[in-house]
Amino acid sequence: MDYSQFLVMRGEISLLVVFLLIFLIDTFGGQKSLKGLSVAACVLFGLHTIWNIIPAESASAFGGMYQISPIASLVKTVLNIGTLIVLLQSISWVDTPDVKLRRGEFYELLLVTLFGMYLMVSSGHFLLFFIGLETASLPMAALIAINKKDTESYEAGAKYLFTAVFSSALFLLGLSFLYGVSGTLYFDDIAVNIATNHTPLLIATIAFVLAGMGFKLSLVPFHLWTADVYQGAPTQVTSYLSVISKGSAAFALMLILYKVFSLDPVVWQGIMWALIVLTITLGNLFAIRQKNLKRFLAFSSISQAGYIMLGIIAGSAQGMTALVYYVLVYIFSNLAAFGVISSIEHHSGKVGMDDYNGLYKTNPKLSVVMMLAMFSLAGIPPFAGFFSKFFIFASAIHSGFYILVLIALLNTIISLYYYLLVVKAMFINNENEGCAIASFRSDNGSRVSLIVCVAGILLLGIASCVYGYFTDLSLLGI
Amino acid sequence: MEIPMIAYLVVSTIMFFAGVYGFITRKNMLAMLISLELMLNAADINFVVFNRYLYPEAFEGFFFTLFAIGIAAAETALAIAIIINIFRHIRNVEVRNLDKMKY
Repeated sequence: MDYSQFLVMRGEISLLVVFLLIFLIDTFGGQKSLKGLSVAACVLFGLHTIWNIIPAESASAFGGMYQISPIASLVKTVLNIGTLIVLLQSISWVDTPDVKLRRGEFYELLLVTLFGMYLMVSSGHFLLFFIGLETASLPMAALIAINKKDTESYEAGAKYLFTAVFSSALFLLGLSFLYGVSGTLYFDDIAVNIATNHTPLLIATIAFVLAGMGFKLSLVPFHLWTADVYQGAPTQVTSYLSVISKGSAAFALMLILYKVFSLDPVVWQGIMWALIVLTITLGNLFAIRQKNLKRFLAFSSISQAGYIMLGIIAGSAQGMTALVYYVLVYIFSNLAAFGVISSIEHHSGKVGMDDYNGLYKTNPKLSVVMMLAMFSLAGIPPFAGFFSKFFIFASAIHSGFYILVLIALLNTIISLYYYLLVVKAMFINNENEGCAIASFRSDNGSRVSLIVCVAGILLLGIASCVYGYFTDLSLLGI
Repeated sequence: MEIPMIAYLVVSTIMFFAGVYGFITRKNMLAMLISLELMLNAADINFVVFNRYLYPEAFEGFFFTLFAIGIAAAETALAIAIIINIFRHIRNVEVRNLDKMKY
């Protein structure tokens, strides 16, 4: 066996090294070194991000089981940036008494899920893809239930685990039919074998695979776990789940649809059309009536997943570029919102929307960050969210989905209403008598992460070189 | 006499949808877990049968099944750990008691 093949897996190997170092510090370090674990994790992960920032060349290893392309490598960098922001935001949280004993586990499980997502993004065989999918979702259930004594945390963990296993069983059944139809599990060979072999079983396969991935992405008929899990999980885990897990699943779904089912896009485009309309509309309508901010962001992220799917349905290199760009902008906007929520929860324990009344008078900086995040999520022009929505609509229009884009545009207006409700609560409503959120100074990790997020929201849209760079990479092929 | 392939597929399909039915109707978390196992194992049977009858020249389906069994075991272990934690708090494993968060 040629061991130099492992060099192709540069990103995976450096992530594994970071994981092992943190594991060693956690296991053998004394009480003193445990205190520095959170900073060490941030530094090590930052080095890993920088080490992998140059996209890899297209290559494959292990007989085509592992395939890397520049755009997949770029997606890994985007996921790295998001994870780094989450790690910065969780520095003060891991020192709270509930989590203190298990902070090592928090970092280890987080990195293992990221490793699974890496495998999903750059797999060329369904076995590696399935292992990656499970590696990404099983430790996530343990992460959600990490607050052992908190009722909501373990309830959310149980709900997530049962729906995740149910969805992977559906996915597995779809794969078994695909194997029966095509006789192989390599992405490239399947595409060749099913080109001349259109059976009803193939359509059933596509339906099962879409259902299985739809659970991970929380598309609408499969979204029922989302709100409960987002509310019950610790806020840091929720933010990780809402951006990193969703972004990687979106790219992985695109990988399957483009590589395996690329020859008959009409079949899956019909299903996706209905899923997108349902996802965007129902996500928006349910978001309006939420009073808990974490539940509110859960429904907002459901409708954002619908927008992300617009890039997939386009079925072109332009759609691929728009999807990755959307995920990057979504990471910055959503993590800014979650950063504000988690530092307010850390200092006052409040997550209701009514608790935010008059926040501007006590904590003006946090209010402005939250406002920028909401504007970017809604897609108001000078901010990055507008440009990401614009590019993703343009790619869908380019492939001829006029009515779909019209529905999505109308939904953008609905979403503006509920995003502005938060801004109204902070800036216009009068503060509550006697129980307003007191003025506080958030910890340094959160401040750094919020500054990074705000810089991303303000600059990403204006710096057009970013989108141009993404286009260059995606034209090189998936 | 060789058993036809369709017989195996009928068994695996019945197993799968019995699992779906059980997952939806059962109120006990352990019973739900067993239903999930039924679903996963039905898919494994499919893999093995397709490999044995349609593509006997390679062992791709068999290997996939081995990995899938390993992953199913990991899932069960994690689910049992969470269920035990729930049992310690509310002294039973009925899903109707996990209703703190709702629409």
